[in-house]
Amino acid sequence: MPTSDPSLCAVYARGVEKVYVTGDTQVVALRGADLEVNCGEIVMLVGPSGCGKTSFISIIAGLLARNAGALEVFGQDPQLLSTEARTAWRLRNVGFVFQQFNLIPTLTIAENVAIPLILQGSDRRTAVARASELLERVGLGGRERSSPTRLSGGQQQRVAIARALINAPRILVCDEPTSALDGATGQRVMELVAAAGRAPDRAVIVVSHDDRIYHLADRIIHMDDGRVDRIETPSQHKSHA
Amino acid sequence: MYTFALKMLFGDSARFYGMLLGLAFSTLLISQQASIFVGIMSRTFGFITDTPGPDLWIVDPAQRFLDDNKPLRSTAVQRVQGIAGIAWAVPLYKGLLVVNLPDGKRQMSQIIGIDDASLIAAPPFMIEGSVTDLRKPDAIIVDERATRREFKMERPPEGGEPRPLRVGDTLELNDRRAEVVGICKATQTFQSQPVIYTTFHRASQYAPRERRQVTMILAKLEPGAEKEVVRTAIAEQTGLSAYSSQEFIDKTLGYWMRETGIPINFGTAIVLGFFVGVAVAGQMFYNFVLDNLKYFGAMKAMGASRGVLLRMVSLQALTIAILGFGVGIGITSSFGLMIPGERLAFRMTWQIPLIAAFAVTLICTASAALGMWRVLRLDPADVFQG
Repeated sequence: MPTSDPSLCAVYARGVEKVYVTGDTQVVALRGADLEVNCGEIVMLVGPSGCGKTSFISIIAGLLARNAGALEVFGQDPQLLSTEARTAWRLRNVGFVFQQFNLIPTLTIAENVAIPLILQGSDRRTAVARASELLERVGLGGRERSSPTRLSGGQQQRVAIARALINAPRILVCDEPTSALDGATGQRVMELVAAAGRAPDRAVIVVSHDDRIYHLADRIIHMDDGRVDRIETPSQHKSHA
Repeated sequence: MYTFALKMLFGDSARFYGMLLGLAFSTLLISQQASIFVGIMSRTFGFITDTPGPDLWIVDPAQRFLDDNKPLRSTAVQRVQGIAGIAWAVPLYKGLLVVNLPDGKRQMSQIIGIDDASLIAAPPFMIEGSVTDLRKPDAIIVDERATRREFKMERPPEGGEPRPLRVGDTLELNDRRAEVVGICKATQTFQSQPVIYTTFHRASQYAPRERRQVTMILAKLEPGAEKEVVRTAIAEQTGLSAYSSQEFIDKTLGYWMRETGIPINFGTAIVLGFFVGVAVAGQMFYNFVLDNLKYFGAMKAMGASRGVLLRMVSLQALTIAILGFGVGIGITSSFGLMIPGERLAFRMTWQIPLIAAFAVTLICTASAALGMWRVLRLDPADVFQG
């Protein structure tokens, strides 16, 4: 179970609110969302479309500013940082796995994986060598020079996971990582993500509608209407289902 | 990241070649049209550049450009010669006369009558014969280009195949006999008439009888003489205007630029070239940035600073600008070198590549700035929205 001490949590969020304002229109995405994620924990954020999942992980990852509430990610509130400092903080602490992979098609897969390291200041050769090692670990050894367009969806997502892990981020944020994959491939991809997250100084938050992968989580956080509705273990979820 | 920026640029080969061709074509249009414009404009003052000797070109104050003849009294030459600071002053005849060819053709030609004694303002480059041959009876020197074109003998007097006019042939200028004693090379005139050199005295005989036969006076300053002082003295004592070669070129150019539609016509083509660049290459580059926006967004989310992303886009814009400009200016240069310059007025001065480079840079900077604006406004959270 999560602790209530923010300093011991990977993520500690209390009463997070987010309102999008477009002209005269206000859309409330989060209405006081609470979440605690322990170090070494893997949580799934689930719920209907428009319930605020993506806004919540964007705020946790330091991509989006909240309107109210408290947030600490490994003891740091990203919103207190300047834009440039927040960018640097993301670079050091957050790994991203996107639904659409976002691999640059004109680069090799090793170069795609190397991007975060190069952004951290590594030279290209060292970064690509490290990327090749990581690709070996995700089962794509020997394909370093391939173009992402020559890979299957599952392989592309494995490349994206390697890219997310290359700078050893403390928190891995995944948005629908298996939505474009078949069941078996999605299972393998999530096993990689889970393996990467099970470390004492890491945490993984996965937004997903794919209940075939829920069993890999420590907890399943159900969101509805901008709030955390309930929290279950995978077995509790399975029994309810 | 900059290597990756270039790989992103070169890797999208269809768009890369589209941008390259767009910029190259834009450069080609701008530089080629500008070079032809300069070439044509250069022909309006070609005689001035072909005549390096005089320091001053003395003309009627009402004369607006080189060919706008306002003949002077013959006494004006002596009056100018008497002005302090003038080393020498000689008369010049310059006018259009009809030339009758042996085969019956008639051709309007430009006759230049140079000082009989000094032969100052003689053709700048002799291909055959000598300038001093002008002292022979009825002697004329003909521009080499005209011998092959306007003066080409379709039915030579000796019979046989058509041939160029050559030394020894005779023509008629205003019903007077003229014998070709030399072939010279001269800058083509604006109206592309053949150029014939002869002495001032003989030109006056060829020309219709007029009270005033001196078209202009060419003068040399004495060493140490102040041009402005001499110019003022000429104006005060003769009522004539005196210009240095460069001033006379500027005056001639200024007339053609102000009073004719040539600049606007070429300017339109040059502006069109610029807009082709904007419409094709600029738009393509902007679309290239838009297509890559999701990758820039992903990089921004992963921790790429705004500076890194802006430098990536700038490098891509600069690279395509340099390559497009290089290809375009290369084609223009090849065009200028390969097409014979007789009919095509082509003159690429050093300013033209600079202007084309500026235009291409402007196109790429503008499209890159638009792209950068999108990159700067990019919300990294958008990458989660798919």
